[in-house]
Amino acid sequence: MGVTSKKKQFGINFIIHLVLIVLVIICLAPIALVVINSFKTNTEIVSNPLSWPFVLHLENYIQAWKTGNFSVGFINSVKLTGCTVLIVLVTASLAGYVLSGKRIKGSGVILMYFMMAMTVPIQLFLFPLYYAYAKLNLIGNILATSFILAALYMPLSVFLMRTFFLNVPKELEESARIDGAGTWQVIWHIMRPVVSPGLITVAILIGLQSWNEYLISSTFLQGAKNFTATLGFLAMNGSYGSDMGVMMAAASTLIGPIIVFFLCTQRYFVDGMVSGAVKG
Amino acid sequence: MKKRKINWNYFLIAPALLISVSIILLPGVMTFAYSFTDWNGLSPNINFIGLKNFIELFQDKIFFKAIQNNIIWTLLFLTIPVCIGMLAAMLLLSRKKTRSIYQVAFLIPYVLAPSVNAMLWLNVVFSPVSGVISVFRNMGIDISSPLADMKTAIYGCAAVDIWHYWSYLTVIYLAALRQVPTDQVEAARLDGCNGWQLFRYIYLPNIMSTVSLMFVMITIGSFLAFDYIKLMTGGGPAHATEVLGTYAYSFAFDSMKVGKAAAVGLFISFFGLIASTIYTRLSKNEEMQ
Repeated sequence: MGVTSKKKQFGINFIIHLVLIVLVIICLAPIALVVINSFKTNTEIVSNPLSWPFVLHLENYIQAWKTGNFSVGFINSVKLTGCTVLIVLVTASLAGYVLSGKRIKGSGVILMYFMMAMTVPIQLFLFPLYYAYAKLNLIGNILATSFILAALYMPLSVFLMRTFFLNVPKELEESARIDGAGTWQVIWHIMRPVVSPGLITVAILIGLQSWNEYLISSTFLQGAKNFTATLGFLAMNGSYGSDMGVMMAAASTLIGPIIVFFLCTQRYFVDGMVSGAVKG
Repeated sequence: MKKRKINWNYFLIAPALLISVSIILLPGVMTFAYSFTDWNGLSPNINFIGLKNFIELFQDKIFFKAIQNNIIWTLLFLTIPVCIGMLAAMLLLSRKKTRSIYQVAFLIPYVLAPSVNAMLWLNVVFSPVSGVISVFRNMGIDISSPLADMKTAIYGCAAVDIWHYWSYLTVIYLAALRQVPTDQVEAARLDGCNGWQLFRYIYLPNIMSTVSLMFVMITIGSFLAFDYIKLMTGGGPAHATEVLGTYAYSFAFDSMKVGKAAAVGLFISFFGLIASTIYTRLSKNEEMQ
C-alpha cells in the first residue's frame, strides 16, 4: 500500500468517526444539559441555560424528591414493573413452550391471533376496558393495571420465548420423556435452565417498557398515592413548573437509574430488540 | 383399554390466552359495538344510533386534520429515521471495535421514558424561558418555540419522537447487515465497487426483508402515535397537532363521548389492520425462507 492510500484510509476513518460523534452529541446533549442544569438555581438557568454550574446546588435534588413524591413513586413503579414482568414471564414462557411445536390443535390460529394482537392500537380496547375497570373499582389498582401491561406485551414475549424454545434441541426433551418425565418435569428441569437467557432477555425488555409506559399507566393509575415515579414527575411539571432547577433535578433522578440499568443489561436488551425483528 | 391422557399443553397456554382475550379481544369487540351507540361511559341507557358517529366524524374538520397529521407523521418517520438509522448502521458496520460503545450511546434516548424525554425537550430546548431557544433570544435572534406555532408544532413533536426512535432502527439494521455473507461483499470489493454501490447492490438487497418489515412497523406505529403529542402539546395549539390517537382519547375522557371515541378507535384499527395483514404476510414469508 502506498502512502496516499493510507492517507486516504485515515481520512475516511476520520470522517466516519466525525459523523458518528455528531450523532452521539445529538443524542446526549439534551440529557447532558438536564444534568448540568439540575445543579443550578432557577435564576442561573433562566439567565443562561448553557452556563457551567460553579456552585453545586444539591438541595435541588432534595426538593425534587419531596415534591415529586418519589419515595412513593419509585415503590409504585417497582410494584407495577415487578408484577408485569412476573405475569409475562410465567404466562408467556408457558405459551411459548406450547407454541414451539405442534403440541396442541389450533396452534396456528393462536399464533395468528398473537400476531394480530401485536399490532392492535391501544385505542381499540382502551375505552371499554377503562369503564369496565371503573365499574369494578380497579382504577388506581397497581396489580390490575399490571395485567393490562402484561396483555399489551404478551404477544412480543410469546414470540420471543417461542424462538428460544425452538432453539432447544429436540433430543433433550425426547430423552427426558423416554425416562418417564411428565410435561411439568420437562419444563421445570429440562427446559427452564436452557431457556433462562431468554427469560432474562424478556424480563429486561418488558421491565424497561413497563417502567417507561405512559398511556396505560396515566389513564389507569389515578390518585397521587398510586402514581409511579414518572407520573409523579409529570404532576410536578403542572404544579411546580416554575423552578427549573428542581424540575431538572427530578428529571435527572429518573434518568440516572434507567441509564445505569441499561448499561448493565445492554447486551440482553439489544439481543431482545433484534430477535423480535430480525430472523436468522 | 388405555385411558386417554389429558393434554396438559392446553392448560399451559390458557393463562396467556385468557389475559390477552379478556383485556384486548373482548374490549376490542365491545369498542366495535359501542361505535354504533351514543354511550357516555357512565349512564346505564345506551342507544343504538347506527352510523351517526361515523357520519359526524366525516363532517368534522378536526378529524381530517388528525388524519392529515397522521399521514405527515408517517411520511416523516418513513424517511428521516430510516435514512439516519441506515447511515449510522452502515458506518457502524465498518467499526468493529468501537461499534458497541456508539450503539449504547445512541440507544440512551430510546430507553428513557417518553414522559421524561418530552419534559426534557420542552424545558431544555423548546422553552423560551429556560431552553436553548432562550439562548438564541438573548443573543437577539428572534425565534420562538416551534410548538407554539400552528404550522410547525407537529414537526416539533415529531422531531423529539424521531430523536428518541432512530437508534432503534440502527440496531435492527446493523444486526441485519451483519448477516450479509462476507464473500459477496469481498467479491464486489474486488470488482471495484465503491461504498454506495456496495450498499445499493450488495447490502440493501440482502437486508430487504428486514427493511420492509420495519417499513410496515413504522407505518403501524405512526397511526398509533400518541405519547409525545399528548405530552408535549396535548393536541394543541387549536388542534394543530391533533392525531387520531389523541383525538379519540379526548373524546373518551374530556367530552365523555365514548361512542365517538370508539368510532375513532375503530378507524385507527382499520389502518392498523391493513398494515398488520401485510406485516403478517411478510413475517410468514420470512419464516418460510
